[in-house]
Amino acid sequence: MSEAEAALERVTQVPGVRGSLLISGSDGLVVAERLMDGIDGRAIAALAASLVQRLDRATNHAGMRAPTFVHLRGDKGSVLAAPGRSDLVLVAVAGLDANLGLARVQMLDAVGRLV
Amino acid sequence: MTDDIKTLTARLADEPASLAFLELGEALRRRGQVEAAYKVARGGLARYPTLADAHDLMGRILGDQGDLAGAFDAWAEALRFDPMRIGALKGIAFLYFKAGDVPAALEHLQRASEIDPDDWSIRQAIDRVRSPTQPAQNASPKPEPATISSGATPSPADPVSSNGHVEQGVMLVDGNGLRLNGTLLSPNNEDVGDRVAAELSGVSKEASRTSRLLGLGTWQAIAVESPEGNLFLVAPTPETLLLTVRDSSLPMARLGLMAERAAREAREWLARHT
Repeated sequence: MSEAEAALERVTQVPGVRGSLLISGSDGLVVAERLMDGIDGRAIAALAASLVQRLDRATNHAGMRAPTFVHLRGDKGSVLAAPGRSDLVLVAVAGLDANLGLARVQMLDAVGRLV
Repeated sequence: MTDDIKTLTARLADEPASLAFLELGEALRRRGQVEAAYKVARGGLARYPTLADAHDLMGRILGDQGDLAGAFDAWAEALRFDPMRIGALKGIAFLYFKAGDVPAALEHLQRASEIDPDDWSIRQAIDRVRSPTQPAQNASPKPEPATISSGATPSPADPVSSNGHVEQGVMLVDGNGLRLNGTLLSPNNEDVGDRVAAELSGVSKEASRTSRLLGLGTWQAIAVESPEGNLFLVAPTPETLLLTVRDSSLPMARLGLMAERAAREAREWLARHT
């Protein structure tokens, strides 16, 4: 199992997480994915990359370094994103019932292991 | 349209050469109808190009519109025709303060204070500009806990806050990326509010699009962790965005609660000012 697949495996095992994917932060393309049926990985990748890029610029203007974790909360679920090295971003889609704290810990740990 | 605006509009229609445009422009501005206020003020200035009151009014309107260079020019014109125009002195002082030029801000406020020594709001403004908590001289390396509240932060049209306290780390931004209220300092105490506000202009739309397309419903909040601090974004209204920034030692859940409370206050503030 590759490092990317191992990272996705760990995240999708968290209760309530519907899927995860590894994307390229600069162009929003999917590098690897592990998603439930019916979830469009390309859309998630494009949207998450765009949001993370914008927030990256905002933190930069605020005199801070790039975000290490982003959580977009909707009233029916969440998107989590953990930017890592080499322009990679680990993204997860979670339902309302998800254990978001555990998902965050797993994502940060997993993305830290990626080269 | 409220009764006073109706009455003033009618009076101006009956007597186009009257000075009713001053009251009408100000009433519209206070109601947040700045485009209408601008048209009224422009009409009045065309008729009375040397009237300091009219230039002062235009300065406030342009300030509300975020045209700070235009506001500066308007207030400078007001002072040209009336060097003792306190509103223009306070307005220019605010713009210098906002630009980080504290000596120039103090000079204008002191001139205003000499003209009206009994005006407590000018003294408060001088104290605040001299205060170590103001952006250019803030000794604290990180934003202090604060919430947004009515009148707590100076606006271009009201340079002197009601309590003389500058709120930090909470900022209300409109849909065009313009700062409506609040202050944001970088870790090295630079006022970065306007730059960050401009960058946040599209975040609300981006978040709405992402939530909708991924079946996550209506977006509620965005939490952002960074090594230097945590950011929390909520939308008090569909047209505005509230950013709360704190040191990363504050747990994100607590920051979220703080942001929700600030959003409630922001809604009240917006209701009073729009």
